[in-house]
Amino acid sequence: MPVTFRLNGTPITLDDNDDGKTPLLWAIREMAGLTGTKFGCGRSLCGACTVHLDGRAIRSCVTPLGSVAGREVHTVESLSPDRSHPLQKAWMAENVPQCGYCQSGQLMSAAALLARNPDPTDADIDTAMTGNICRCGTYQRIRRAIHRAAAELREARS
Amino acid sequence: MTKTAPKGKKRRRWITRRRFLTVSAAGGGALALGFVVGPVVGRYRRQSAIRATAEATGAFQPNAWLVVHPDGRIVFTLDRVEMGQGTMTSHPMLIAEELEVDPRTIEVEFAVADRRYTHPEFGLQITGGSSSVRTSWDQLRHAGAVAREMLRRAAADDWGVPVEECAATDGTVVHAPTGRSRTYGSLTRLAAEQPIPDPPLKPAEEHTLIGTALDRLDAPMKVDGSAVFGIDVTIPGLLNAAVIRPPVQGAAVVSFDAGEAEGRPGVTAVVEIPTGVAVVAERYWQARTALDDVRVEWSGGRPDLDTQAMTEQLRRLTAVPGKTVRDDGDAEAVLAAAAGDYLEAAYDLPHLAHAPMEPQNCTAHVEGDRCEIWAPTQVPGVAQAAVADALDIPRENVVVHTTFLGGGFGRRLVADFVVEAAHLSRRIAGPVKVIWSREDDMCHSMYRPQVRHLLRAVLDEDGTPVAWHHRVAAPSLLEAIVPQWLPAMAPDAVPDVMTRGLSRVAGGVFRGDWVADPTSTEGASDTPYAIENLRVELARHDPGVPIGFWRSVGHSHTAFAVESFIDELATAAGRDPFELRRELLRDAPRNRGVLEAAAEHAGWGSPLPPGRFRGIAQHFSFETYVAEVAEVSVEAGRIRVHRVVCAVDCGRVINPDIVHAQMESGIVFGLAAALKQRISYVDGHVEQSNFHDFEMLRMNEMPEVEVVIVPSTEEPTGVGEPGVPPIAPAVANALAAATGRRIRTLPIEPALSA
Ligand code: FES
Ligand code: FES
Repeated sequence: MPVTFRLNGTPITLDDNDDGKTPLLWAIREMAGLTGTKFGCGRSLCGACTVHLDGRAIRSCVTPLGSVAGREVHTVESLSPDRSHPLQKAWMAENVPQCGYCQSGQLMSAAALLARNPDPTDADIDTAMTGNICRCGTYQRIRRAIHRAAAELREARS
Repeated sequence: MTKTAPKGKKRRRWITRRRFLTVSAAGGGALALGFVVGPVVGRYRRQSAIRATAEATGAFQPNAWLVVHPDGRIVFTLDRVEMGQGTMTSHPMLIAEELEVDPRTIEVEFAVADRRYTHPEFGLQITGGSSSVRTSWDQLRHAGAVAREMLRRAAADDWGVPVEECAATDGTVVHAPTGRSRTYGSLTRLAAEQPIPDPPLKPAEEHTLIGTALDRLDAPMKVDGSAVFGIDVTIPGLLNAAVIRPPVQGAAVVSFDAGEAEGRPGVTAVVEIPTGVAVVAERYWQARTALDDVRVEWSGGRPDLDTQAMTEQLRRLTAVPGKTVRDDGDAEAVLAAAAGDYLEAAYDLPHLAHAPMEPQNCTAHVEGDRCEIWAPTQVPGVAQAAVADALDIPRENVVVHTTFLGGGFGRRLVADFVVEAAHLSRRIAGPVKVIWSREDDMCHSMYRPQVRHLLRAVLDEDGTPVAWHHRVAAPSLLEAIVPQWLPAMAPDAVPDVMTRGLSRVAGGVFRGDWVADPTSTEGASDTPYAIENLRVELARHDPGVPIGFWRSVGHSHTAFAVESFIDELATAAGRDPFELRRELLRDAPRNRGVLEAAAEHAGWGSPLPPGRFRGIAQHFSFETYVAEVAEVSVEAGRIRVHRVVCAVDCGRVINPDIVHAQMESGIVFGLAAALKQRISYVDGHVEQSNFHDFEMLRMNEMPEVEVVIVPSTEEPTGVGEPGVPPIAPAVANALAAATGRRIRTLPIEPALSA
């Protein structure tokens, strides 16, 4: 079953031989060849597979490919062409990544948060980010980096 | 993991002395000549190799780690894998400091399995034991200095000026008197002609990079999804596989019925392999869903494995004397004389999984008697030897590439997942990537052992402990691991059949009463507390659970027992737990140093907001000293850790920000275990399966962590693991202060609500 949607701004058609039931995660990784989005648990428990569906952060490991037909999907590869997204810059400035495996998902959750809430409190960050596990324990730096990126965005706006 | 050999310098000296003795004993002659001629021949060979490379490619390759290309590119081969701990940043810093280049301009490649990258202490290619900086510290600075000197001399020769007038700086050699300069890239062929020097290393005062918080060099790749982990590897014609694993620990396949699986789209094969039944398909998800159609009949294994029974067995083992590991004074006599007036406490710690974020995976391509591997492994050398053994092919025919590792924590010190992929690739005669599910990873790991500690102590009238009796019941990690590692440690000259035979018996050393496994009591048998009568015993437990090194190894449980019990003694004596430790650490200045630094920074003794309480713990592991103060509160029966202050003394610091990050990381890792985690067996299978029942610490539970580095001019030591051990006891001690309730069974959360 062919499924057509927009992936990082470009229309794409993926032919799913599992009736559109293949998880979006594996369609993105194996059919579209974008490996920035990671597999961590497969059960919506860790957030490693987080992408944006029409701008909202979702877990692609439990999202059937068929359900994104006609919609907009964005992955970590689309944050910027040159690591210039305020979150990417903040992530590098705070030296957030350790092993890095969870960080695509962390960034996508954070990007969705900032898009709807340009000035998140610590409590807002807790709510938005608690679904994303980091086994390396980078949470404190993630929090700092989100505040840093938010500050940069606010400055750019004013 | 523990050190199995004396450290760096000492060991080299030891070998020299032993060689000297051998030579003398043999009466000299040919043997002595060998030791004189050996290095000369070695140097000559290296020199010719450097020249040959330059002639062939124009590149200057002074050693196993560095290549300077004519176009100026500098490529550094990193032989300690990057799994989050920062080697991709710290190691280029070591090279760059002496090579006089900007480390951000160095291209880093991951080393393949190669004898040249053998770890000087473990004797195989490995990243573990928090040893990467400690053991590369001299090696890489020297490698950088040799290259720099050869480049400098090349320029001096070319200009016909004294080398002393030539300075190396930022990738160029400059002749100040005439203002001439040449880039490293333009000097490669000439440098290759220079004799290999043995230059002195810069004194610490001249370091411009070492000691600075250089931003992580791998961060850019990890914020745009471009870093390639094992799971991201792709090669032409690659198929993907998922595996049905035994429902009972150790069970074997009797037969299987592929059912509809073979007819499903994309599926190319359903085959039996030593670890279960594999479904191979064009894409992973096709293989994974096809697993549902396969019926497997299993037999054997250990259906009797049961955590309740293991707990009882551990209790029985600590009820009787074990093997003596340390015996100062006469603790037993003092205990007997106390006539029942002693303190006693037992601590129980569960099996634990490493659960790195990236599930196990491996890409293998077997062609005839050759095999190529791409894997997120901590032990490329072990993987290479194990694959050679499994496929019965020569070791040099196995090429092992490592990728970025999505966490390691000791799980990837075992090459089981690599060997599995190699078997499958041979079976299907093509390249294949095996991806484990999270459930596979959780239920088929090499767990941190379940352990029980029984402690007794006698206090004098002043409340000072005069006797300490510590009994540990634990399985032997070395018994499990040494046989797997031995083939990789054996020199090439030793015939394979011999190493195979040897590795079969090697683990037996730790069986019975012969040798006590030091990894079971590390952190307990070497306790720095000055107690006159001190006895440590080990009882070996062997429940048949697959076990392995888990971040901080034995220290992950000994610290909890020792640091909880010291606190209990303080409470019983009505003394301040910080002051009692301080007094007992009178002969251990660096332990005391971190203890005092943590207490001071945390404001030990100062008032806290209502409902908050502090706990403290200190521990020495992997040559590094760490103390932590935790602030907790308990609300509605739930514990919350608000703040952790950590003081660390790891000798000279290469990159302070990475030290901070590793302490933060160790604290989170240790806290998740202390509060939440437990692997348990029922009817031979692991009860937990994913992150809902083997829980992680999450953003909303993250305490504020503050790290203080205690300045030191000692040799640098590791930071990957030492942050872990003190956190569990610090939290349990704070909890006891908060509630009067002493939690002696981990994890804390279920124990607290029980
Ligand atoms: S892989 Fe999707 S939430 Fe874990
Ligand atoms: S950086 Fe390793 S899991 Fe988050």
